[in-house]
Amino acid sequence: MFDLSGRKALVTGASGGIGGAIARAMHGAGATVGLSGTRAEALETLAGELGERAHVLTCNLGDPAAVDALVPRAEEALGGLDILVNNAGITRDNIFIRMKDEEWQTVLDVNLSAAFRLSRAAVKNMMRRRYGRIIGITSIVGVTGNPGQANYAAAKAGMIGMSKSIAQEVATRGITVNCIAPGFIETAMTDELNEKQRESILGHVPAGRLGTSEEIAAAALYLASEEAGYVTGQTLHVNGGMAMI
Amino acid sequence: MSDIAERVKKIVVEHLGVEPEKVTENASFIDDLGADSLDTVELVMAFEEEFGVEIPDDAAETILTVGDAVRFLEKNTE
Repeated sequence: MFDLSGRKALVTGASGGIGGAIARAMHGAGATVGLSGTRAEALETLAGELGERAHVLTCNLGDPAAVDALVPRAEEALGGLDILVNNAGITRDNIFIRMKDEEWQTVLDVNLSAAFRLSRAAVKNMMRRRYGRIIGITSIVGVTGNPGQANYAAAKAGMIGMSKSIAQEVATRGITVNCIAPGFIETAMTDELNEKQRESILGHVPAGRLGTSEEIAAAALYLASEEAGYVTGQTLHVNGGMAMI
Repeated sequence: MSDIAERVKKIVVEHLGVEPEKVTENASFIDDLGADSLDTVELVMAFEEEFGVEIPDDAAETILTVGDAVRFLEKNTE
């Protein structure tokens, strides 16, 4: 149903579970995709699997100069940029009272400031073309909070506020800006949970199971589509009913 | 009217959809021609493309009227 033929998409954090699934889904819908991340090998493997229309663009999002260079690199490699997916994210969990400046700053830099810089760079040419889709992968904890994740929750909440503001500024230019807030998804991040933690989490999920990366990718595909043109400034919660907000 | 002024006027008329006679030297993009702040950014982008120059942000912020744009471009293009 959602056809992205001819569209060019950049996905950050494409070497991760959710980012990889988003890149696959968009590629499968016909888009040319730029795979960004820090792990070149994983990105090359994914690009090899996808075949044509896949480009590896390694980038360290903790480095502002590298971040500023990423969108121009993507525009050159892909031949433009219609869809930006700010998916990359890191965690440096710690209880708040012990949280180090460095743990706070690193998470804000990678999860929020990089998304700001990439969006600012991308929106310029999207305005020229009168078309664009910016999608931020935030998190349920950006809305509900989570003990041990003050830094991560702040960055994710920041992404929602930023997206709503950009959405209002560029709405008349055919550009939509939305977020997806995954709940508990089966990824390397949640694999680290032990059985007891899993059970306790699932007790709060009406669907009774963890979500899959593909279920997040499906939401991203929708928001990236032309059909979603009237949806902007929204946060789409994909969480099995864990929080209904 | 200089060639640069003519080209600037054409861009402004097209982009803002205003009557050509309103695009006078002293016309302010925002106060007189109904532009919003995003329109002014787009006008600057359009000038950059038309004249093949780069207009840095601090210079762009001083371009408030049609005349400001013409003077900047006269100074900074071949």
